[in-house]
Amino acid sequence: MDLLSNLALGFSIALSPFTLMLAVIGCFLGTIIGALPGLGPSNGVAILIPITFSLGFDATSALVLMTSVYYGAMYGGRISSILLNIPGDEPALMTTLDGYPMAKQGKAGDALVISGVASFVGAFLATIALMLLAPYIARLAYKFGPAEYFALYLLAFSTLGGMASNNQAKAAMASLIGLGLAMIGQGQSGTPRFVHGNLHLMDGIDFLVAIVGLFAVSEVFVFLESHGKESSIGVKLEKVTVPVKELAATFWTMIRGSIIGFVAGVLPGAGASLGSFMAYMAEKSYIGEKGNFGKGDPRGVAAPEAGNNAAAGGALVPMLTLGVPGSGTTAVLLALLMTLNITPGPTLFTDRPEVVWGLIATLLIANFVLLAMNVPMVKIFVRILMVPPAILLPGVTMISFVGIYSLSGSSFDLLLMILFGIMGWLFRKMDIPTVPIILGILLGGSMEDNLRRAMTLSGGDPLYLFSSPIAVVLWVMAILGFVAPIFLRRYLRKPPAVTD
Amino acid sequence: MKKHIKGFGLGAFFAFAMGTSALATECIAPANPGGGWDFTCRQIGKILFDIKQVDAPVQVTNMSGGGGGLAYAHVVNERGSDPDLIVAASSATTTRLAQNAFAGMTADQVRFVGAIGADPGVIVVAKDSPFQSLNDMVEAIKADPGSVAFAGGSAAGGFDHLKVLQVLKAAGFDDIRSVKYIGVDGGADAVTQTVGGFTQGMTGDMSEIVGFLKSGEVRALAVLTEDRVPGFEDIPTAREQGLDVVAVNWRGLYVPKDITDDQFKAWAEKLQAVADSAEWKEAMAANGLAPFTKVGDDFQNWVNGVVAQTVELSKEIGVLQ
Repeated sequence: MDLLSNLALGFSIALSPFTLMLAVIGCFLGTIIGALPGLGPSNGVAILIPITFSLGFDATSALVLMTSVYYGAMYGGRISSILLNIPGDEPALMTTLDGYPMAKQGKAGDALVISGVASFVGAFLATIALMLLAPYIARLAYKFGPAEYFALYLLAFSTLGGMASNNQAKAAMASLIGLGLAMIGQGQSGTPRFVHGNLHLMDGIDFLVAIVGLFAVSEVFVFLESHGKESSIGVKLEKVTVPVKELAATFWTMIRGSIIGFVAGVLPGAGASLGSFMAYMAEKSYIGEKGNFGKGDPRGVAAPEAGNNAAAGGALVPMLTLGVPGSGTTAVLLALLMTLNITPGPTLFTDRPEVVWGLIATLLIANFVLLAMNVPMVKIFVRILMVPPAILLPGVTMISFVGIYSLSGSSFDLLLMILFGIMGWLFRKMDIPTVPIILGILLGGSMEDNLRRAMTLSGGDPLYLFSSPIAVVLWVMAILGFVAPIFLRRYLRKPPAVTD
Repeated sequence: MKKHIKGFGLGAFFAFAMGTSALATECIAPANPGGGWDFTCRQIGKILFDIKQVDAPVQVTNMSGGGGGLAYAHVVNERGSDPDLIVAASSATTTRLAQNAFAGMTADQVRFVGAIGADPGVIVVAKDSPFQSLNDMVEAIKADPGSVAFAGGSAAGGFDHLKVLQVLKAAGFDDIRSVKYIGVDGGADAVTQTVGGFTQGMTGDMSEIVGFLKSGEVRALAVLTEDRVPGFEDIPTAREQGLDVVAVNWRGLYVPKDITDDQFKAWAEKLQAVADSAEWKEAMAANGLAPFTKVGDDFQNWVNGVVAQTVELSKEIGVLQ
């Protein structure tokens, strides 16, 4: 058995005490980096790269440390989403929608355990799939050109309307604001837009700046406005137990979320944020009106967490087999590999089996380490809640500033973050959801790039967008995703209206 | 809270570790750790110290933003006469300067002190492509410019785009605005699009295609160097095929403008010493770089020529007004 001997090789590398130690350190650092607002997996990994250089790590050790940090950050992001309503990093954005309401209802422990297990299921399944299928599924990337990617993003946005169920117009407005913000900078066209000669805006607005501003800084303003009396932070705390019943009930949700997330991760143009978003929206439309989404449904934390962790594993597939990064973090990992003299690509699995299989074995081990850190030790994180907001909020603010400053080392980003904070505070007053803004910034640029590429390739012929079966299927799903909820809701609302 | 305090300490540690400065030579990499500029600073910095060209280890500072523009502005405005400062640069630096992408700053506001290696430009097709030579491709474009689309890792008007246009100009094709080019996220992505059949050609750097060449999924029609590249002797140059184009992504350094001529010469000599060292030759081979050494005034003149040519091409395709 080729696979078994490869795995044996992998474990012989991964099970050395030094590598194991690196994996544990990486998982721990990653979880913290993920949980801190403003520090996400991609800048977490980037910050640590110089350390691997100065310590003179060999390729396998460096890769083990970095991917443990990567996986750890994907787990850790959910903690602040659930406890503080501030996404720890961009893929954990969707977890705020149901995770925080759960925490407000006193089920913070449940939410953390369920999402921890969901993260494990997602990451574990993705690692297995990476191990068994990587060379084959990498070919999926060859099937996706500009037209297909554009349709995929369209599918994501078409389901946005159904997300903020209270007022669709406000959700639509928020996503348009996000799309507008995504246009700032020197995009695909090479022409700077809305930059006004400011070099800081040339690369566009970093979504982390927007996330921290809209979620964390606006929270501080609300708190200040009420002279410290009001804060949505500060949730009821009850005893943390393992919610066996809910875990069982969300099992299939996790499986479904993992599959969707993995596919999104494998596609280089999609990534973890899209994976968790699609997993959440798919689960929501699958459950339909029976669910309690947006108000603390356990499936609403299980789906996106399984989705984003599976996407993280999926994103390693095109990175290793094609050298194409499927997410911001894999782009940094790819750069690290190149500096270590490893050129990922079609020949990596045969040229450097020790790197690939050592990595896969480490990922399997890291997953169990992370499960242990994130489920039994969850009480440590819940204890954060006992700190009164008057102490907690300044701490969060301080971390936000340090985190954002570490992105580019420029004070411009700090001012921008405060601006987003004011915007978030105003939008809260007007009851406009902020999640669609972030999604607009995250996905808008790539969506536009792909549309422009499609138009360049076809010489401006819009029919090119429907020129492949994959594209057509995605378009049909997008249109259904937009229209179906409207009809479905009417259909489902009728029976209660009759019985009343 | 405990975790958060720990985390804050961690963040502060990183911020501190990145922000420290020493009196020794500083090399600014105008990008995040891990990229090409970072590699330039770390490798050249390490070798400079190892072969005793500098007295203390070289301090590498990462200053990302504006595609290198933020670091450029910093050097021009605040470090204009600092003799202990070197900055990593490549073809992207001069292309952006020529296209006015650094908010009005120009290439003559610093001094380009040398390049000591280059990633050769390549034109690549999928293995089942009908094109067998660069001329086959050029003829097809001449017959119907819309029939061949290129993918590359830089934005429209960027260095990868310009490579194709230079080849076509050399072949006497002047309607370069009609050439289809899409910029994607890096060279490997460009290869993926080409293997997938969405584009007919890929333009990029040698290092970006090595894995795909080995696996046989792509063929290189031409390499844009003066001579064939060691290790890739079976790939013909564009020159051999009658198209006189040399386009390489050089790796080098610039220094502040107002240092003395003696200081400038000293840096040129140090860089030459790095280029001659066995350690650098090893690093080049490991990273798919081909020899390309130009230092001092020689390099500055060459850069001036490249910038002028880029300005001209950019105006023709409308990237520059």
